[in-house]
Amino acid sequence: MTKGKITGILSNLLQIKVDGPVRQNEICFVLKNEQRLMAEVIKIKGDIAFAQLFEAGTGLQADDQVEFSGELLEVSLGPGLLSKNFDGLQNDLEAMPGNFINAGQRSEALDLEAVYTFQPLAQPGDKLKAGDVIGEVAENALMHKIMLPFKFEGTYDLVELAEAGDYNLQTAIAQVKNEADELLPVYMVQKWPVKWPIKTYENKVRPSEIFQTGLRVIDTLNPIAEGGTAYIPGAFGTGKTVLQQAIAKNNRAEVVILVACGERANEVVEIFHSFPELEDLATGRKLKDKTTIVCNTSNMPVAAREASVYVGMTMAEYYRSMGYKVLLLADSTSRWAQALREMSNRMEELPGTDAFPVELPAVIANFYGRAGKVMMKDGREGSVTFLGTVSPAGGNFKEPVTESTSKVARCFYALSQKRADAKRYPAIDPLLSYSRYLDYEEFQEYTERSVETGWTEKVMRAKNLLAKGIEARDQISILGDDSVPLDYHRDFWKSELIDFAFIQQDSFDDTDMNSTMERQSFMLNRVLEICDKKQDFEDFSTVGSFYKKLINLFKQMNYSEFRSDDFSKFNEELDQVFTANEKMEAL
Amino acid sequence: MIAQAFQPIYTQIKSLTKATISLDAESVQYDELAWVDGRAAQVIRVEGKEVTLQVFSGTEGLGTNAKVVFSGSAPKLRLSPLLAGRYFNAFGAAIDGKEELKGEEQDVKGQTVNPVRRQLPSELLATGIAGIDLNNTLVTGQKIPFFADPDQPYNRILAEVALRADSDRIVLGGMGISHDDFLMFKQRFNASGAGDKIVSYINTSEDPPLERLLIPDLVCTTAEYFANEKNEKVLVLLTDMTLFADALAIVSNKMDQIPSKDAMPGSLYSDLARIYEKAVQFKEGGSITIVAVTTLNDGDITHAIPDNTGYITEGQLYLKKDSETGLTIIDPFRSLSRLKQNVIGTKTREDHPQVMNALVRLYADAAEARSKKENGFDLNAYDKRSLAFATAYTEELLDVQLNISIDEMLDRGWNLMSRFFESYELGIRQNFIDKYWPKA
Repeated sequence: MTKGKITGILSNLLQIKVDGPVRQNEICFVLKNEQRLMAEVIKIKGDIAFAQLFEAGTGLQADDQVEFSGELLEVSLGPGLLSKNFDGLQNDLEAMPGNFINAGQRSEALDLEAVYTFQPLAQPGDKLKAGDVIGEVAENALMHKIMLPFKFEGTYDLVELAEAGDYNLQTAIAQVKNEADELLPVYMVQKWPVKWPIKTYENKVRPSEIFQTGLRVIDTLNPIAEGGTAYIPGAFGTGKTVLQQAIAKNNRAEVVILVACGERANEVVEIFHSFPELEDLATGRKLKDKTTIVCNTSNMPVAAREASVYVGMTMAEYYRSMGYKVLLLADSTSRWAQALREMSNRMEELPGTDAFPVELPAVIANFYGRAGKVMMKDGREGSVTFLGTVSPAGGNFKEPVTESTSKVARCFYALSQKRADAKRYPAIDPLLSYSRYLDYEEFQEYTERSVETGWTEKVMRAKNLLAKGIEARDQISILGDDSVPLDYHRDFWKSELIDFAFIQQDSFDDTDMNSTMERQSFMLNRVLEICDKKQDFEDFSTVGSFYKKLINLFKQMNYSEFRSDDFSKFNEELDQVFTANEKMEAL
Repeated sequence: MIAQAFQPIYTQIKSLTKATISLDAESVQYDELAWVDGRAAQVIRVEGKEVTLQVFSGTEGLGTNAKVVFSGSAPKLRLSPLLAGRYFNAFGAAIDGKEELKGEEQDVKGQTVNPVRRQLPSELLATGIAGIDLNNTLVTGQKIPFFADPDQPYNRILAEVALRADSDRIVLGGMGISHDDFLMFKQRFNASGAGDKIVSYINTSEDPPLERLLIPDLVCTTAEYFANEKNEKVLVLLTDMTLFADALAIVSNKMDQIPSKDAMPGSLYSDLARIYEKAVQFKEGGSITIVAVTTLNDGDITHAIPDNTGYITEGQLYLKKDSETGLTIIDPFRSLSRLKQNVIGTKTREDHPQVMNALVRLYADAAEARSKKENGFDLNAYDKRSLAFATAYTEELLDVQLNISIDEMLDRGWNLMSRFFESYELGIRQNFIDKYWPKA
């Protein structure tokens, strides 16, 4: 095994003189006062390896000893990942004692003593390839497939397979023979390097189905498809995290991986606190059952931020290859980019825009490219739907991380400071935001089948009304209330109606926070119907008060259970507002 | 600051810049503290045998033969209950004329709290100021800065908040504050009778700027000691974080680092987060709440310092002078407390969230009416009502001088709404209207 000695320290960048071969991205350990501090090689020059330490460099000295592992940064994949809280390097945070994490402290990702009830799903004599299922165990609500390890290249003969029964993770449950006739044991847990995509699927398919988030402004106006990608840029205080957490709670995925990357610890604490209690809408079990959290908060080692998003993606791909619908959320990808910038800076590389490394767009594109819907060779389908937040400096979208992401993500949810200031939540700008999936033919066909006929046209109509209303508002504010035709006021208030009744949603209200597709289609139809109704007004001031009454009723509907008595009552009152108005006109 | 026995003394400095020196030395630790002719310095780079030190007070007048002595460790602090009521400088040395502390020394770069051991901050921290308690409710374990233009009375308000909020301990970190403000803090603390529960680390504008860099670590280590070991509710005050960040920029510049936005170091986000993330609620009952001050340049919150701060802290309190009434208020638009959701409507009265939002929305209508007026357009009846409402709202609720309970704030809110608006104009749940709308 290669060894080395520290020759240079600059914050968490180490220069190590090595005595043997070293791999790029190899993991090494600094030996200091009985601690083993983990670092990753990021550059090699002659016999000097540059490594980023996953800790602060405080107290290190020149000549401190370093051991190289020969391995890249890998994660453990196996039953027991769900419901766990990991740090950015896949240490199990619950397994660490004490209130504080000490430098170099580590814990096993999976409890190797834990026993699972194994059910074989293959026969001795079967020909196997990496990713082929040989059995399954129950993990919370889902059946966790045990697959031939992804690292196994070529074809293998299944020589021996354990019978149904209870085994722990250290027990070999199968023996396989490779093409060179060597016998190899297979365990329920395997390792995989995080930077390499898991590609055991047959092919990737174009996303076509709505991935439901329960949010009207997303599902109806800017839908994300299952296996799709989206990004949410927004200045601080515009509700990025609240939005992402709302999606984490209301989705219908089978597995959710949440990566808290360089963000606030208390936000993760809120998830720790609420997810064991909240109900999963898809299964009726607790949300925690299907959720894994990777948590590398802003005060945790900067270098582990990059690792954390890859650790999350690798676990998501693992469950996808079992044939599950996985949702991966990362908050925020900008912190990861900043970590890359800090290191690039210490290495004195020539900087790109805003001092970010020049390869940033490529790194981001590669990462988003790992999401998607895939088909296995036995016909199973699985997907990783990815939503990342971006925290643009100064709230200005013309910066490298936002721009690089815009080129690869298919949906864009622009959070607007103006909407946030006016407390119009979610602060997703309805016109700037887009979903490219609305243009996919397969997606349109899907909505015709599963929502209603003519759905995408209706969505477009709502968007057009919004655009028209905002134009009218600009005219009104330039020319003044009484210098524009009455139509302008009506157009403006129609867009306000769509905004208040449909786009705005109270994520702290138990009823309003989550809207089913059926309810969304009912509400959209109702709003459009109201906009189409004949409406005559005497002067502009009556337009506002008329629409405010409508908006109030729609809000009360949103707060009521779908199709409850209250809901129907408010719905009927909508028509009465019109009747009352006509009477007024008649007088 | 005397060399310990058997510590080698180096006298051959190889290079000197305005803020750093480099020399060859053996077994030096990264971040280790040293003295250069009696001036404090810290190791910021090791390259083979060559060590680079940052000299806090600058290198002016240092010779290449200056005596360099290493302390053998990174900065440390003596922790004991006797810290209470005392004033120290950026090296933890007493500046109040009393004797130095004894006791065991501890590292000032503390460890990270394991996120799974944190508790959800959900204990209300009332201040009597409606701009905080009603609109941006604080909880213990939260971190939040005041964003203020330099002409705002931010330090006076900070002291007021500190004394009104219920806490066991206050730790003040003064970074580049004026000597006058330092005396103001001292006078207010002593006059309130709370002088004994306060620990202060002070670097005034008269002290070397780089020494400021040490203040947050001392403050946070002290706060952690009282919160974790003594289970106390600790309130940390940090003022002014903008001057702290400016000092970071100086060091990074002297180290030939490529600056990112606004000449700030690329690591600014992580540097600030390391401090603010010390805010915590422990299971055992202790907590650290951080209230800081970030001064702005002409209200510009897109500058790298307030911008990065906003991404780290759990909201911000934006101080401003209301142009209509001349009162200092906490701006209802740009201010935010992210943790208020943990208490409003549950630990406070049920109508709190909806009343708060309705008032701010109506205030936004008033702002629109005002810009209409400024552009020379006629105002309609609703515009006029909302303008009248805005003035009353500012005088009866937002004024930072007021000191009232949250229930009183909510009652005043309903009163204001009923004086100027019809109930259907509010968008509040019908059952709350039925219950709280003032009967004529």
